Amino acid sequence: MDILIVIEDNNGKVHRMGLESITAAQTMAKDRGFSIAALVMGSNADELATQVSNYDIGEVLKLEHDLLSSYSSDGYAEAVKQVVEKESPKYVFFGHTYQVRDYVPKISAKLMKPFLVDNVLMNSDGDDTVFTKQMFNAKLYSDMIAMDEGPLLISFQSAAYSSDNAASGSASVRDVNINLDSSMIKTQSEDPFQEESGGVDLTSAEIIVSVGRGIGKEENVPMAKDLAKAIGGELASSRPVVDAGWLSSTHQIGSSGQSVSPKMYLALGISGAIQHVVGMKGSKNIVAINKDPEAPIFEIADYGVVGDVLEIVPKLSEALE
Amino acid sequence: MKIAVLVKQVPGSDSPLPINSNQSWLDENGISYVMNECDNYALEEALQIKEENDDGEVVVISLGPDRVQKVIREGLAKGADRAIHIQMNSDSIADPLSLATLFADAIRDEKFDLIFSGLQSDDLGMGQTGIIIGEMLGMSTASLAMATELSEGIIKVKRELEAGFFQWVSMSLPASITIQSGLNIPRYPSLKGIMGAKKKEINIVTPGGHDVKQSAKKVYVPQSDKQTVMIEGSVDQIVDKLVEAFRNEIKVI
Repeated sequence: MDILIVIEDNNGKVHRMGLESITAAQTMAKDRGFSIAALVMGSNADELATQVSNYDIGEVLKLEHDLLSSYSSDGYAEAVKQVVEKESPKYVFFGHTYQVRDYVPKISAKLMKPFLVDNVLMNSDGDDTVFTKQMFNAKLYSDMIAMDEGPLLISFQSAAYSSDNAASGSASVRDVNINLDSSMIKTQSEDPFQEESGGVDLTSAEIIVSVGRGIGKEENVPMAKDLAKAIGGELASSRPVVDAGWLSSTHQIGSSGQSVSPKMYLALGISGAIQHVVGMKGSKNIVAINKDPEAPIFEIADYGVVGDVLEIVPKLSEALE
Repeated sequence: MKIAVLVKQVPGSDSPLPINSNQSWLDENGISYVMNECDNYALEEALQIKEENDDGEVVVISLGPDRVQKVIREGLAKGADRAIHIQMNSDSIADPLSLATLFADAIRDEKFDLIFSGLQSDDLGMGQTGIIIGEMLGMSTASLAMATELSEGIIKVKRELEAGFFQWVSMSLPASITIQSGLNIPRYPSLKGIMGAKKKEINIVTPGGHDVKQSAKKVYVPQSDKQTVMIEGSVDQIVDKLVEAFRNEIKVI
């Protein structure tokens, strides 16, 4: 095959971003006349293989091994490395998940092949493909090229390609084998856990008032809380506000927090770093207030105000009451 | 305990980002630089480990042109013992593999017990260099650390997963760990620290050539495909227009 998609397991289901990489692979395959295969592994490999075989790809490679039954960066990196060496694809596609960030750099080091990360777009350029990624907290874009004949490791940002556009089909399943022994795995993992439960379920909120670093200091947070109350919404925040201890992590929106799609998302002093944006760009209406006219949040906002949050918010609450 | 902390100098969040004339990178004139945010947390974590164990050495390491000595001095002022500056004319290299090779070559003989680095840089955001260096040097690796616990040759790391989940992962030293922001409260340098930093050693390393495996072909300002309605006027006018939009267009009140 030319493109190998590595599918991530999300408790027995194909990770949403795995489906998105199927769409990305199909897009490239169409452009460049490539063939596609998908790799599934781990204790849920059977279920994942069944799900992935319903898409228009050449074949599904199924890898089962005792040492892959739970995730370890050493085990997964070695496994994918060996499959890539055997199958020699031109490209290896991943969703840019937290797990991928953890183990794929190790494959890059093992193979001395570049890992082009977190792409939002790709475009053919003759016999080559240019991958576009965001830089400087999404303020700039950069077209990246690999200076290596491959296999090239490529990851795509959440929602760069839509899983709705993945063409269905019927793929055969082939078992693949690797050599792995326990001495290769240097880490021991405990079970995943959630820190705070019973927090605010922001996913069902109709209106979200969200504060970012631009609120300035902890003493200004109640101002946003008042606005949330006045408009009948829930209070949320970006990561820096949680890091600073101004709000608890149950309020956090973004890649490490909750993902929301309310009717209105009111972003106060939020710059729009990608880690935040992936958690809220599905909102029906985004209203952004920020003093920096260059803030990337305005790229995705439906309504924008370049102005001082501290001046506007109290008057807005007053007007709404 | 010998701990390396990799620090990167990046444009500050309020800095202008002028693109150079051939659109290959930024025009460095006019950029104001700061220490990469999560590197600052990585440094603090290393300093706390050293202080708790009352033993060891923290070495800050940075790659780039002479201006990166500013973040090196900042690290020394906060309490790092010495520094290594890997000298390069420009920081326009957008290739984690070649950067990691330069770091690995420069520090291989130091035999660090731990390498801490920020999870990712605020400029390129590749998020790979710390892990690749660890792999190249045969160390254990872990990313997205939200807490660390060290005991008898083992480091236990609380890793952040997606959607609010965490996981504890243990591994033997040596280990290269990438640090997420927010796991501690970074200190400010004291006046005494700033004075003392001037006397601390910065070992300058000039690397040889390296293969580049990926590079930026063109850097540009993204074009939004979304039509944003910009609301302008005095504060009172803005408030009126927002309320109007909430009521009649977005229909949330």
